[in-house]
This record gives sequence, C-alpha cells and structure tokens, in this order.
Amino acid sequence: MPRHTPLYAVHRAAGARMVDFGGWDMPVNYGSQIDEHHAVRSRAGMFDVSHMRAVDLEGSGARDFLRHALANNVDKLTVSGKALYSCLLRPDGGVLDDLIVYFLREDFFRLVVNAGTADKDIAWLQALIAQHTPQLRLTPREDLAMIAVQGPQARQKFWHAVPGTEAPTRDLKPFFGVEVTLPDGTYFIARTGYTGEDGFEVILPAMRAEALWQALAVAGVAPCGLGARDTLRLEAGMNLYGQDMDESVSPLVSGLGWTVDLASARDFVGKAALAAAPAVQRLTGLLLLDAGGVLRAHQVVHTAHGDGEITSGTFSPTLGKSIALARLPAAVAEGDVVQVAVRDRKLSARVVKPPFARNGRALVQ
Amino acid sequence: MNLPAELKYAESHEWMRTEPDGTVTIGITDHAQAALGDLVFIELPQVGRVLKADEACAVVESVKAASDVYAPIAGEVVAVNDAVTASPETLNEDAYGAWLFRLKPAQPDALAGMLDAAAYAKIIG
Repeated sequence: MPRHTPLYAVHRAAGARMVDFGGWDMPVNYGSQIDEHHAVRSRAGMFDVSHMRAVDLEGSGARDFLRHALANNVDKLTVSGKALYSCLLRPDGGVLDDLIVYFLREDFFRLVVNAGTADKDIAWLQALIAQHTPQLRLTPREDLAMIAVQGPQARQKFWHAVPGTEAPTRDLKPFFGVEVTLPDGTYFIARTGYTGEDGFEVILPAMRAEALWQALAVAGVAPCGLGARDTLRLEAGMNLYGQDMDESVSPLVSGLGWTVDLASARDFVGKAALAAAPAVQRLTGLLLLDAGGVLRAHQVVHTAHGDGEITSGTFSPTLGKSIALARLPAAVAEGDVVQVAVRDRKLSARVVKPPFARNGRALVQ
Repeated sequence: MNLPAELKYAESHEWMRTEPDGTVTIGITDHAQAALGDLVFIELPQVGRVLKADEACAVVESVKAASDVYAPIAGEVVAVNDAVTASPETLNEDAYGAWLFRLKPAQPDALAGMLDAAAYAKIIG
C-alpha cells in the first residue's frame, strides 16, 4: 500500500496524475509537465517533497560521528545553518544514499534523505551509532512535511505568501538554512534545491503543509510534479539515487568525486575501498544530435574506448533536445561523438560536461 | 470525456474515421495522449507501406516513455501527417485533429468490428 504525504488530498483535488514513487503515491504532473518545467525556470513552481525524510541527530559527539559516517567532511560546516551534500557509503565504497546535512548546533545536525532509502539509511545509521557513539539520538521526523519552492521568483513569492519569513531569510546565502518561529509553528527554511534555480526548501509541521501550499498557489506559484522535477534536475546535472548511483557503484564513477573528501587524514566508512580502487569509468553528460527518439536509462553507448550505459535520460524542455547522464569509459572526452542504441537504431550524441541548463538558461549548444 | 461520436475506436486506443474516398484516417485518442503526457517525438510509417491488422507501425514518445501505435486494420499507407512529426505537442492539444496516418483498407467495410464511442468509453472506465 503506497503511503500518502500530508498534501495527498490537495494533489487529488487538483486532478494530478499520480504514481507510486519509492512507496509513496505522488503527483507526476497536474497537466503538462513541460509547462511546469518552464514555470520553474522562468517564474516559480512548488514541489511536495514530504516523501523525503528529515532525520535529526542529537547529542554530544554528533559531529565526530558524522565525520566517521559520511564521505564528505562535516568540518566544512562551521557556521550554524550551513548545509553539505554528501554520500552515505558502505564499507566497500558502494553508495547507500545521497543526502544533505545541516549543522544547527554542535549537538544537533539535521539530515535529509531520499524517500525510497529512508528506512535503510535510518537502520544503517542506528547500527553505526550503537557501535560508535551510543549516546546519540537519531529521530526520523515523520511529523514534518517539506515543500520546495523554486525559480527566480520563488523567494519573493514565498515571502509574500508567509508573513514574517522575509526578515529572517532575506540574507540567507545559498546552501544555508535557518529555523524561523511563526505563530503556527517552527519552519526550517533553506536556500537549497534540486532544480538549478534559486529558491527555498521549507520543512514545516505536517499539519501546516496544506495551508502553505494554498497560500503559495494564491501567490502565483505553480504546482509541479515529479515529471518536471526529473527534467529540471537532469538539466541541472544533479544525480538521482537509484538511477545514477546505487550500492553497486562508488561515488567516483558517479560524478560525485567532488563530494568525497579523500585528501584529509579523516577516516570514514568506505574510504579505504575508494582509495584502493582506480576509477576506470566516469559519469558524464550526453546531448542527442540525431532525431529518432529520446535518450533513456540503460541504453548502451558505443564509444571509441569501449561501451558504456546511460544512467538517466530525458527530453530537456529548456534545450528542446534529449539529454542524458551516462557512465562511460574514463578516457572518453568532452566533445567526443558517441553512438547510442535507441530502439532498433544507433543515434549520435555528443559528450558534454553537465550542467545543461541552470538559472533560466541553456548552458550547452 | 472527449470521444467524438462519429469516430470508431480500437482497444489499443487508436481512433478511425472513414473518408468520403474510402480511405481511413487514424490517430490516437485523447485518453491515450493524456496517459502518455507531453509528446516530444513521433515516428510515422513510410507512405506505400502495407500493414497487417494489429501491426506496430508508428511510435509516439513522451518525456516519460515511448509507445507503439498499431494499425487497427490491414491496409496500405497512403498519407502521413508531417505536421504532427514537426510539432508533437499538437497531438496533446487536439488528439482528434492531429491525425497520424491514412490507410487504403485491404477490405471493404474494414471498420465493422471496431468499437463505437460508448463501447470504448466502457473500456477506459
């Protein structure tokens, strides 16, 4: 039985086309997903992301624990509210999940993990805590909802919709969040997102989610579903767990080497395995050159250095062409033209460095 | 529910219209386009191709997924709609105006076994 977010009734009432995503009944679109995509790149759109899970880590030794558990280095988080994107790795270097961790206080960090992996992540972290720092408390926050408001007009429309939020968040820099106490509860507002546009991700009491959604709608923010979410994040060059990486691959062949701190002396779960294994593949972008279809996950890519595979593919509304992320032999270079097996033919695609589009504009020709 | 009464329908979500000259114009229904979502690529059969009934002969691809279109009746392709391959989104806007291809049927009275609007409506629920 798929689970429902606090906004399920709102999505159904709006006539959303629904799909099971990670065990949750979620809106794919409310009409045209391409219109929703353009709304985010040019104005403001909102996404119900309450299927993702905020997990609070509290107690003495929290920072030390995360230094051990996460591949990226939480010592980069020195100012309260600062966020870090990191992988959670297995000892063999395989990726359990990607997540964002916010530093709030030395004894309080908040992680946000993916919907389909939340239960797995929580069990994994609990086991690590029991071994490493047993006094820590890990609390999955099922009482919280999450709404992402994204686009060049997102922050202004959010401030307009929710009085009292502008002053405490006007000066928030990207990748920072802050707790704001409003008459109806505590809101955690972060200048983060999964679209390549400016905006906020808002964590709030589940009971207030519907009121916020309606207020944003009145302010002119367009409801957007998972279809637009996928085309936006792929244009922005952002990975999707379960497609671009999973437990069978390391971050180093998944375009996530930049999130792994191998330089410092810090030991962390998975470090030895990553240091020992040379990366013979890399994740890069593809832009379809020929007409004949759409690039999609699992299509085989033929290159001069051997075969690879597309991990995520779609149609890019901003570019008007098909784009993809693909795991290819490491020797393949930007600008190379490769052949992709699409249905019964081979279509040419050019290797490009992501992102393909951000901040309202195409970045590749 | 958008189901013109003068058309015939197939369970595989194609609609059919008999033209005055006896040829049959074929497209996909409004129900089908809504299920597919925003269309971004359409591939049509070559003019002159001879199709058997239920043969896959065209592809409609949305952002989400590709779908085969089947010839509901046997016949020879006499025309294809180049405008819809140039602008796939027009099919989402007007499924019954954005026809895909036209057949000269192999048999007279070829649409006899096809569904009417009411019967197709029952199938799609």
